[in-house]
Amino acid sequence: MRVAYWPGCVSRGFTPELHGSMAKVAPLLDIELVEMDRAACCGAGVIAEHNQELADTLNARTFALAQQTDGELMMNICSTCQGAQTECQQRLDANDAYRDHVNETLASEGLRYERGLTNKNFLWLLVEEIGLAALQAKVTRPLSNLRVGPFYGCYIVRPMDQLGIDDDHPRHRYLQWVIEALGGTVVDYAGVYKCCGFPIITMNREASLRQAGRHLGDALDADADCLVTPCPLCHLNLDLQQPLAEKVIGRELGMPVLHLPQLVGLALGLEPRQLGMSKHVVRPASVIDWSAAVVGARADAQA
Amino acid sequence: MTRSLSGYTLRLRRFDPESGKGPYWQEFKVELEGHRSVLDAILKLRDEVDGSIGIRCSCRQAICGSCGVRINDKPGLACHTHLERAAQAASEGSRVIQVEPMGNMPVIKDLIVDMDAVHWKKIRRVTPWLINKQPVPEREYIVSHESMVDVTQSMGCIQCGACVSDCLSMEVDPEFIGPAQLAKAYRFVGDPRDARQYERLKDLAEDPHGIYDCTHCWMCIDACPKDVAPMSQIMRLRRLAGSEHQIEDRNNGHRHEHAFTENIARNGLLHEADLLSDSYGGKLSPRAVPVLLGSLPVILRALMRRKITLGHALLHPYRRRYKDLRQLFESIERRERRYELNLYVSGYDGAEPAQAAGNGPAMVATGTSGVGAGQAPREEGEDI
Repeated sequence: MRVAYWPGCVSRGFTPELHGSMAKVAPLLDIELVEMDRAACCGAGVIAEHNQELADTLNARTFALAQQTDGELMMNICSTCQGAQTECQQRLDANDAYRDHVNETLASEGLRYERGLTNKNFLWLLVEEIGLAALQAKVTRPLSNLRVGPFYGCYIVRPMDQLGIDDDHPRHRYLQWVIEALGGTVVDYAGVYKCCGFPIITMNREASLRQAGRHLGDALDADADCLVTPCPLCHLNLDLQQPLAEKVIGRELGMPVLHLPQLVGLALGLEPRQLGMSKHVVRPASVIDWSAAVVGARADAQA
Repeated sequence: MTRSLSGYTLRLRRFDPESGKGPYWQEFKVELEGHRSVLDAILKLRDEVDGSIGIRCSCRQAICGSCGVRINDKPGLACHTHLERAAQAASEGSRVIQVEPMGNMPVIKDLIVDMDAVHWKKIRRVTPWLINKQPVPEREYIVSHESMVDVTQSMGCIQCGACVSDCLSMEVDPEFIGPAQLAKAYRFVGDPRDARQYERLKDLAEDPHGIYDCTHCWMCIDACPKDVAPMSQIMRLRRLAGSEHQIEDRNNGHRHEHAFTENIARNGLLHEADLLSDSYGGKLSPRAVPVLLGSLPVILRALMRRKITLGHALLHPYRRRYKDLRQLFESIERRERRYELNLYVSGYDGAEPAQAAGNGPAMVATGTSGVGAGQAPREEGEDI
């Protein structure tokens, strides 16, 4: 399927391995990425806090650019983009007069957003468009014996109504389902749906790092080999800042954190280096052997 | 017509401080109709099985806010949760309804928490009363309907504590003022009759545990049984403190928001290396230096692993694609009136809300009064 692809900012900034691994994984899943290279930052909730209309206009601009492509829908790879964009889209779609007002601003660029765009995170697309059975059928290196803790990121699980999470779309279970489809073992721990702390890193550094450290520690206590997240901002606090979080909570952690496309890529047979796993601050030594095998798979002879 | 009774299993968290024992779980069976509430079931158990079960309740119709508990790991009102719905939401198809006391507050007994020690103490912290503008009119204040609509959402709070129970900022920083509390603060900050908007905002912005300590996790929005959306009220407080009153707080709250917005106007995509230092007032600012030095070990490691390249950290490879973006920022920021749309107030056009994230209607319009086309333009410095 062809999708209007919105990689977000951080996947091309401090977590380049996310954008890189998505590009490697997409062809294996028959996803054709039409990259939206003129779209701008979603505002991550911060611009909305500064000026709501500005955030809504920036995202309406992104949606309009997506509608100019021939993609079936828009796909993002960032929980924060999903949440911030959905919030803006809810306002734009709810009120014709407001949408017209925002479109007036976009007219100078020749853009116009029409109500009702579908915007799905890669996680949702995996389950709802590709399907778990089809995903499972593509697995060449099952993640047997690999104990994976899901870490969603707030913006992709709350508010449930706004994100369309209901009995028919239990999107707050998808990460667990994907881990299982890839052959891994889901680790349930206290932090699955909690906040990584990143939004307050410049305002209350200690509380922010304590959040990250606590969830990593809880995952460690539950015997997780690694975490997986669809959110690059969470990845910043959980991986890049993990050495600092260790200091705040006074505990060694060494918990590798994988981006969702990396976990999928490993199971689809890609090599760790192709997936940029050498770029992580916490080396995923418990996940992969640098001779390129998945640790779990190595332990499971028949896999 | 008779309604059929169904059997439900309730798993209650028990704790009696006088017993000298720690908390424990106890399972009970109860027969009731599925449309009856979790509170009905607990009261039936207390009346017929175990008189020592402790729960606080009064109105039994989601008005008094007394029976806040956690049901299946989510905060809510026991009287406002149907048994059948709770059984369906139980973990892994067990149908066992798990009820425990609210979080972030000390437990007094069983399902009763000490609201006074946390919730009410923090409510008092935000000066929850009107400070009149002077001179006080001889009779009542006359304010326009439109100017009060803005605070109606925060006035819906019934002080049940559900949002406090699961607040993730409070979990790591018990001194955080709290979601219900800051929603209450907005109720007065947004009231045109209040004389102390600036002082209230300054106080809440400067407090290290105030409006900038909220981690924007949306937990309180999902927790609230009354659609108060405390986090949205906190964002309104930030918007007023930062954009309207230009309050430069010691927590870098406004500085961060300004640095972020300016970063995007300049670069189109976030340039993280600049954002960190700019949020503290620039690379050479006395606030930034210790943070940057403290971050040096991780920055070096990220450089070594080629996660970040020096070129990328110093320059921004995508900037030139967005040179026209600033014009869009300026055209909106120059407006005399700042547009804010609160769907709680304005509701949705037409009967059905638009598709939520691409899977059909999933939102319920809760608007009570429309304001024109649904927009609630705020007059800058509006004085009534």
